Amino acid sequence: MPDIRVHGFAGRIDAPNPFWLASAPPTNCGEQIMRAFDAGWGGAVWKTIGEPVTNVCSRYSATDWNGLRMMGLNNIELISDRSVDENLRELAMVKKQYPYHAVIASLMVPSNREAWHEIVARAEDAGADGLELNFGCPHGMNERGMGSAVGQVPEYTEMITGWVKEKARTPVLVKLTPNVTDIRTIARAAKRGGADGISAINTINSITGIDLDTLVPRPNVDGKSSHGGYCGPAVKPIALNMVQQIMSDAESALPLSGMGGISTWRDAVEFMLLGCGTVQVCTAVMHFGYRMVEDMAEGLENWMRTKGFATLEDFRGLSVDRVTEWKHLNLNYKIVAHIDEQKCIGCDLCHIACWDGAHQCIHVDRAEGPVNGRVELHSTPAAIEERSRTSIAITPVTRQERAAAASNHGPYPTPLAKIPRVDETECIGCNLCALVCPVDECITMIRVDSGLPSETWEERTRGAERATQPQVS
Amino acid sequence: MSTATLPDDLILRERFGDIKPPLAPQAAVIEANRCLNCFDAPCTGACPTHIDVPGFIKRISTGNLRGSALRILDANILGGSCAKACPVEVLCEGACVMHRYNHEPIQIARLQRYAMDSFQATGEELLTAPRGSRNVQVACIGGGPASLACAAELCRHGASATIIERQQLPGGLNTYGVAEYKLRASDSLREAEMIRRMGVEFRFGGGVDSAAALEELESEFDFIFLGVGLGAMQRMNIPGEDSKGVVNALELIASYKTGRIKELSGTVVVVGAGNTAIDAANAARRLGAETVYLLYRRGERDISAFDFEYEHAKHEGVQFLWRRQPFAIRTNERGRLLLDTVQVREIEKTLLPVPDSLFTIECDHVIPAIGQSKFAQLVQDLRRIEVRGGCIVADPSTGQTGNPRYFAGGDCVNGGREVVDAVADGKRSAQAILKIAEAAYA
Repeated sequence: MPDIRVHGFAGRIDAPNPFWLASAPPTNCGEQIMRAFDAGWGGAVWKTIGEPVTNVCSRYSATDWNGLRMMGLNNIELISDRSVDENLRELAMVKKQYPYHAVIASLMVPSNREAWHEIVARAEDAGADGLELNFGCPHGMNERGMGSAVGQVPEYTEMITGWVKEKARTPVLVKLTPNVTDIRTIARAAKRGGADGISAINTINSITGIDLDTLVPRPNVDGKSSHGGYCGPAVKPIALNMVQQIMSDAESALPLSGMGGISTWRDAVEFMLLGCGTVQVCTAVMHFGYRMVEDMAEGLENWMRTKGFATLEDFRGLSVDRVTEWKHLNLNYKIVAHIDEQKCIGCDLCHIACWDGAHQCIHVDRAEGPVNGRVELHSTPAAIEERSRTSIAITPVTRQERAAAASNHGPYPTPLAKIPRVDETECIGCNLCALVCPVDECITMIRVDSGLPSETWEERTRGAERATQPQVS
Repeated sequence: MSTATLPDDLILRERFGDIKPPLAPQAAVIEANRCLNCFDAPCTGACPTHIDVPGFIKRISTGNLRGSALRILDANILGGSCAKACPVEVLCEGACVMHRYNHEPIQIARLQRYAMDSFQATGEELLTAPRGSRNVQVACIGGGPASLACAAELCRHGASATIIERQQLPGGLNTYGVAEYKLRASDSLREAEMIRRMGVEFRFGGGVDSAAALEELESEFDFIFLGVGLGAMQRMNIPGEDSKGVVNALELIASYKTGRIKELSGTVVVVGAGNTAIDAANAARRLGAETVYLLYRRGERDISAFDFEYEHAKHEGVQFLWRRQPFAIRTNERGRLLLDTVQVREIEKTLLPVPDSLFTIECDHVIPAIGQSKFAQLVQDLRRIEVRGGCIVADPSTGQTGNPRYFAGGDCVNGGREVVDAVADGKRSAQAILKIAEAAYA
């Protein structure tokens, strides 16, 4: 049985598993967090504690995609609207009842040393296992000089982290905003300030959409909207990129609690492969409730079992070095698309994608019957469409007609004429056809031997530089 | 003149509820999003009118319902009735690549109905080129789908088209002959009304049944499109066929659809096993007949009805009597019909009676449904129009007959296929006529 417990994260934080609730509505109060722990969550970062705010309604809006809800979620909700006392009293109670779960206090107070010293002391006295400094919130709080107003300026990040470290006895995590040009500049500042760990990423500035009847962007607050923070499955690729940037940079790398669109154990494993010690989840819980953690834990364990990993540390960070700068990629690696005729359903999406969106090397020009020599008709999509639209089709009404219509497939599930053909000499191996193909494993990218040794752009241009360097004797 | 309408009969509506009920808006979007949006989609290829299926479905998923409906109507002016009457299992939905992917094809017919219903609910009229902007006058004989499609296509491009229909209502079999649970007569009339508002002229009640009448039309119009359909239902040619209580399938269907028959009771025997026979048998059940037999001289595997129609009839409670042939109809003293039948066996493609297999069915109605006669009297009178096997010979790609001023399409050419085939024929003929007129003008 693989062991998915977390030991000594950011120095001293333990948890029964790496799945934590992110600081957000699912961690608003003690009652919620205790139910979450009962459901199987390993830790929770408390909804940011600070001077209580007044919120607006409405607060959330979403991006749906192709009939599926909440591909991305946007919010303009601020930090906790409950008093510091109330939050910390409940935190103490949770910690008492769940001593082995990780309870992290997310904090945000005005930018002065005394305020930070005070809140740090109170949170730790209440029993928090660690502190998360909210330098990421991109809406509302930043207008008051907090949240991403701090996290977008390296000097402020370093200074306030330093203040907190003067006082803190528990590990200090700095939560980073992605709304910067290079997240590493802020991560480095946090590290210089003495942070024990990093949480990334916070939400991304967004406007999810506009109501086409009222012309008011969403979410609508009495006819106006505001820049919100975007999260959910849509932001995962952005989060993964930033996580990798942080973990591959020696001046930034710290124990990392990763987040941004994590909805399944697969997502979680990807963040861990890029170096995260724990992961945080919010949108998926807001969508499906706490019980989704059951599949996350089981899925992770089952994957670890198949791959032979005993602990989380066995695979953490294994993919970090697999991301490199473009100039280190092998220019002589060649692959071409291959269509499995037994799996093709004849939708021709690869054909039109290749013609209109790539390099015009997938053709629908299978010849029937014996052919001498090469057949490359290369009909354009427009010609194929025209031919089809002017053909004469009739309803097969008799039994014979129906039987004839059903039996022209030959040995393939799809009529051969409808199965596209890859021109391998022209294929540039871009993957697009395999990406659009709706059938699993129908289009695969096959490696072909280019006959050339591995050579990167850097190696090639270095050679060129040498060749053009003036000979000095 | 507005096209006539039929009263909405609530009892009829209840007894003949939609077999494919409409999709709710969100269900339509979910279904639309399942469509893979194939390039050179096989559904479009399989449709005789080549409706851009992925195109109209994509527009449903984005909420562009007007665009979706116009996309359908652009290819098939009777897109509304085709959505309901087409045997999509052997057309678009039968060709869907989903059969080879996750098995359930996209519900194209229901999506098409959704788009068309939404469009009709807006009451919007279709845009056409100004009437007379092309100086060509066409008479379309017969008011069924082929003529409607031909006339609509002509009007859309500014030509003048006049439909000449001997009945009082337009629509042909769409109005009188499609099972009510598939397509309501009122839907067919609404569609004809839409075409009338496009500028098509209708003349009702006047048949064209002589060479003289045709000559008169020739002097009034540049081209004549024959969309006359098939002849009368075929007779069984057995004694007693004209007894009271014997009514052919098309007559039964037309009667209940127009409210002339509201109820049937007792035992009904339908003779034949085509799609019309199934429609008649199902109708008899829904009209109240306790027992409905479908009598066929061959076996289950030989029926010409579509598989889904056969399954449907079984669900309706129709009972099948295979390999049995009627040879006489008598009437007993209580006024009930006695249908004398004999078991038959097929030996070397001929059906021979089985000895001692006589069996008489006492029943209240006998419904012959053994096909329409292909012979249309009018056609024989036409000069230079070839008739082969009872069907008018016309160029498949243009509908032009041996007489260059005459075009033909629909059942009178194909011997009896579907609404959508008639629409495709009518459209092609109209396009060919427009091309000829264009060339003459140039």
